[in-house]
Amino acid sequence: MDSIQLLFDAPILSVQLLLDGLLIGAIFALAAYGMALVWGVMNLINIAQGEFVMLGGYVAFFLAQAGVHPLFGVPLAAVVLFVLGWMLYRAVIFRVVDKDLFISLLATFGLSILLQQLANEVFGADVRTAESGFGTLFLFDGMVTVAWIKVVAFVAALLAGGLLMLFLKKSRLGRAIRATAQNARAARIMGIDTNRVYAATYSLNAAICGAAGALVAMTWIIHPYLGLPYTARAFMIVVVAGLGNIAAVFTAALGLGAAENFAGFIMGAEYQAGFVFALLVVILIVRNAWLHRKRRYLQ
Amino acid sequence: MSTPIMRTLFYASVVLLALAAPLLAPAFKTQMAFLWVMIVFALSWDILGGQMGYNSFGNILFFGVGMYACAIVQRDSGLDYFPALYVGMVTGAMVAVGFAAVLGSGMLGLRGHYFAIGTLGLGIAAGEFASGWDYIGAGSGLLTPLFPGEIGGRETFFYYLMFAIAAMTFPVLRWLYAGRFGLTINAIRDDEDKAEAMGIHTTLYKTAAWCTSAFFLGLTGAVVGNMIGFIDPRDVAFTGATYGVWMILMAILGGKGTLWGPVIGAVVFHVTQQLFWTYLLGWQRVALGLLIVIIVVFFPLGILGWARERWPERFGHKVQQDLKPVQGGK
Repeated sequence: MDSIQLLFDAPILSVQLLLDGLLIGAIFALAAYGMALVWGVMNLINIAQGEFVMLGGYVAFFLAQAGVHPLFGVPLAAVVLFVLGWMLYRAVIFRVVDKDLFISLLATFGLSILLQQLANEVFGADVRTAESGFGTLFLFDGMVTVAWIKVVAFVAALLAGGLLMLFLKKSRLGRAIRATAQNARAARIMGIDTNRVYAATYSLNAAICGAAGALVAMTWIIHPYLGLPYTARAFMIVVVAGLGNIAAVFTAALGLGAAENFAGFIMGAEYQAGFVFALLVVILIVRNAWLHRKRRYLQ
Repeated sequence: MSTPIMRTLFYASVVLLALAAPLLAPAFKTQMAFLWVMIVFALSWDILGGQMGYNSFGNILFFGVGMYACAIVQRDSGLDYFPALYVGMVTGAMVAVGFAAVLGSGMLGLRGHYFAIGTLGLGIAAGEFASGWDYIGAGSGLLTPLFPGEIGGRETFFYYLMFAIAAMTFPVLRWLYAGRFGLTINAIRDDEDKAEAMGIHTTLYKTAAWCTSAFFLGLTGAVVGNMIGFIDPRDVAFTGATYGVWMILMAILGGKGTLWGPVIGAVVFHVTQQLFWTYLLGWQRVALGLLIVIIVVFFPLGILGWARERWPERFGHKVQQDLKPVQGGK
């Protein structure tokens, strides 16, 4: 437990870890918001969530390879992933959306493996990053360093989330999506093409994950296997925050980012992924035990 | 398989064929041993997934735990090869059951997709922690002791050992499903709240079912670890992306919730895989993802489920024969 001792000896380290964690948390919030959207509207849990993040990252990476600044990759990744999401909906998702939850869960799990392995075959298993070329911000006399790109990514994530929220609130399609979430049958009676709404919801989710992925590629690293941890994070954020509460999603995501960073420092970086999945299990069990006192369970 | 004599003959011929198989096709002993592994995988997944309606994505946990526990006993006990192996197998199974019992009360309180995703996390977390823990070799893995017998004897030995486990799993599950236990877990699958209201101690039964599953998986893990000879935390023990998915896929392919379905699914899957997998040249896992999507989307009932819809009378369902066509209708 030397690292805990180190934290007490140099409290400024905690500031560094906390700041890094909070900044990455905004990106988790994007993926979690998308998952909550699909879950709430279509009653479908998308395991391929993290793979959308990963593919969005590759869009930004290849854009940077082509000589364009990767920040333009954020909108581009959103567009590319929107199209991919639409195609996946038309090919697979619409067949499982009204089926048993296990069927849709397993189908998206299959998609997740498919996309992950395709990326592995096509892009290779190397760890990549899209260099943004922004400098570093020094705080507290250089005791705490924050790469500018992390701040930019944080702001961009806030912006993307805000745009999506505005879209859902104001636009016609956004209203249709919210109406379908409330009651799909009533929405159909009112003349909403719910099938189209589902397609739009799924694609919007893919797009927001793609934007998040582009930010991940710039701030950290991407590789074909990073999908599942992002799915796990999105899922536990939604379980903690509930569906349809954006402020709670955001808070939970920032908290997770900070917790993960501290755990990675204290237990060692090799346990960080293990910590994410173990935390998922713990959160599920605790949340369920909480409800169990009232003879209810997570559903 | 209508009369008891026919049934006995059928089982006897299966057992005879299985016993004679290493002599008939000596080049394929390892592949055939893995056929029994796959059958145990599918059968043990179906206890929860098919019969109890709890779709676990993380049963691979027990497989890996059994494998590691056995290898640790073999490494540290100082016994000779065979006593160490047998003690290790029993230990592996017991440790796996212990894991299931401890995790059971918490995890099995989760329902539906929460259970599915929770177990998924459990399986991956186990792999991650195993690859960081130095006592069990961390990321560089663990070697199992060398088989002492002559060349070729190793494959034969493990073939029969694996066959023995599979041959034990099937009748045990058959017996369990036929009795009160089977009825109870089916009741939990159909409506857990009602089952609880009927006075069934559901948590106890659910944990017992998971422990049964863990027992067979732990035993299999112990043997497979020795069969492969090298334990890698992510690629051999906690292989969520291969064995962990295959066991679900095989059970669904054959028809989940039936006794024979997982067996049929495992045989079909394993034979197809052995025949075609090598031609895919590195695209196997892509094909696996595609296969999952296709089977789940287009063939969710599985082979036996489809057959049951096609010929319901063969499965003991009464079909009304004299239905007159409705006038003007089809």
